[in-house]
Amino acid sequence: MLSNPDSDVVLSVTDVVTQFDTADGRVHAVNGVSFDVQEGELLGVVGESGCGKTVTMMSLVKLLPMPPGKIVGGSALFEGQDLIQTDIDALKKIRGGKIGFIFQDPMTSLNPVLTVGYQLTEALRLHKNSSKSAARKRAVELLELVGIPMAKDRLDDYPHQFSGGMRQRVMIAIALSCDPKLLIADEPTTALDVTIQAQILDLIKMLRKELGMAIIWVTHDLGVVANLADRVMVMYSGFIVERADVEKLYSTPKHPYTHALLRTLPEMEGERAQRLESIEGQPPDQLKQPDSCPFSPRCTYSFERCTKENPFLEFVSEGHEVACWWDLENDRPRKVS
Amino acid sequence: MQLAYEKTPGMSDTNSSKPLLHLKNVKQHFPITAGLLRRQAGTIKAVDGVNFDLMPQENLGLVGESGCGKTTLGRTILHLYRPTEGQILFKDVNLTQLKPSALRALRPKMQMIFQDPQDSLNPRMTVGSIIAEPLDEHSILKGKDRSNRVEELLDAVGLNPRYTNRYPHEFSGGQRQRIGIARALGLNPEFIICDEPIAALDVSIQAQVVNLLEDLQEKLGLTYLFISHDLGMIRHISKWVAVMYLGKIVELGPARELYRRSQHPYTKALLSAVPLHDPGRETKRERIILTGDVPSPANPPSGCPFRTRCPIAEIRCKSSMPEPKNLGLGHWVACHLVD
Repeated sequence: MLSNPDSDVVLSVTDVVTQFDTADGRVHAVNGVSFDVQEGELLGVVGESGCGKTVTMMSLVKLLPMPPGKIVGGSALFEGQDLIQTDIDALKKIRGGKIGFIFQDPMTSLNPVLTVGYQLTEALRLHKNSSKSAARKRAVELLELVGIPMAKDRLDDYPHQFSGGMRQRVMIAIALSCDPKLLIADEPTTALDVTIQAQILDLIKMLRKELGMAIIWVTHDLGVVANLADRVMVMYSGFIVERADVEKLYSTPKHPYTHALLRTLPEMEGERAQRLESIEGQPPDQLKQPDSCPFSPRCTYSFERCTKENPFLEFVSEGHEVACWWDLENDRPRKVS
Repeated sequence: MQLAYEKTPGMSDTNSSKPLLHLKNVKQHFPITAGLLRRQAGTIKAVDGVNFDLMPQENLGLVGESGCGKTTLGRTILHLYRPTEGQILFKDVNLTQLKPSALRALRPKMQMIFQDPQDSLNPRMTVGSIIAEPLDEHSILKGKDRSNRVEELLDAVGLNPRYTNRYPHEFSGGQRQRIGIARALGLNPEFIICDEPIAALDVSIQAQVVNLLEDLQEKLGLTYLFISHDLGMIRHISKWVAVMYLGKIVELGPARELYRRSQHPYTKALLSAVPLHDPGRETKRERIILTGDVPSPANPPSGCPFRTRCPIAEIRCKSSMPEPKNLGLGHWVACHLVD
């Protein structure tokens, strides 16, 4: 399913800014992030730790410790409702209901003292007012859907009786329990082995075909989104630096960061590189006011303008947006309209 | 399983010198105790009969899923655990028979770099004292010589030598891993076990650390045993690759050969499970998706350990353990179905 401009927008995020006030000063975690998610689309969000990808998603549903966190501005329209303006009680009706979540570590995000069946039916009873028996019936269906064998017998098992991969399947089943319109998956396969990761990715592809919900897939692994996403956005230091259809992003990356990141990954085929290309320097200090390009200290193409002005995200070709003053393709400063 | 060491040629053919490390039928079994009297109720066969020769400066990459015994094997080699059975020879010295004092005298030559630089550096010690700790234990360096050596080590790993009085929390993840590397280098080791040294680092920092490890190898003539689940990075840094499953090496060979012509169904599945960062190639390639999970090492399947998840398993896989076969050029595989 490729993104289709005619299809409906499920979530429309505009200029979200999130900061944390810490003892060391103000951390600029998210610096004005805007994006849309179409119906049935899988949007990949890629970036290193600390780039703001998780904080962006958590800001939308206010799953942040506030204080020290603070959503300074922006809006997030979901079914005609601005999530940022919505109070916590109203948000609770949406979280786990119309918007489902899958978190990174299935070990810590499931409650160890409650049975899997209880945790699965909790959302159903809360959001759909299902009766106990109806919820249990639905829970069995869900476990079967995510490929847990002998689902009926496993409802009364505790999380520790499941393996890591199976636990993540349970998490997915919980997220799907109330037929969400949007699923936010935050590094859902990072804690898993590659062979188990392949199983989960396969499952997600199958579920998308069957259920057709929109998915935001947050990850640091460029490989995972390459065969999963329709569109990918790359984040760095709280900014979206590049956004494009998946093929375009990987075949012609236009931001120096994306370009360099793809080249640091060792190849699985062909000649072994004599030396890996690396991005020198350290990830940015987010205590700094974000008033210049955050990547410029590590960028090989950096020139005067980069240290003075922060580039904004703009279309450079169809379906491809970049925030950079340098035109990588023509090897010259970008002409800004 | 025997990757018959007398002929683990690859590793000896190409180089006439003696192996730096020689493992023969190494086993590491942990008892499972139960009940009030802590009676032994079973055994976890974490490492179950591993053989290989490692030649100087020919890195060996050890891959496998979590729980396959790769970290235990690394620690057993260094005798952080005494092996249950088997021989480990380091430069022709049989470590398994050494007295603790003699083993301690050999420790400077064998070092380890740990996965998480956050957990493996004491937060209450300065970087200088962290790096100097092995020097205090094993060398006679004192005063000016000692601080010079610390500064030299910091410089060697690309950190500012003036940082000796700082604490680990003042550094980023990549820099902390460099501190761990500096500590490992202090006593001029010949052999370093790198246990997932880049797994906790950001993608853009991983390449920096791997390049540093390679530069140091060239400069100091080190040999690495590189434990990782990152198959791409293993291919880059290792000359040899061993694939472990449930405590056994199921395939071993030169990195290029193994990635291009893997023979064991487990290796094939593992390689096909790695997501490529190229949507074009990704959609075209054939993926083998294994069903189920790794069986418990406390209760491994009979015969071939992989047979419960193997897409091509036959009846004979259930009854007998496959012997390792030599496919030439040092490529070994333990599977009944490979001719």
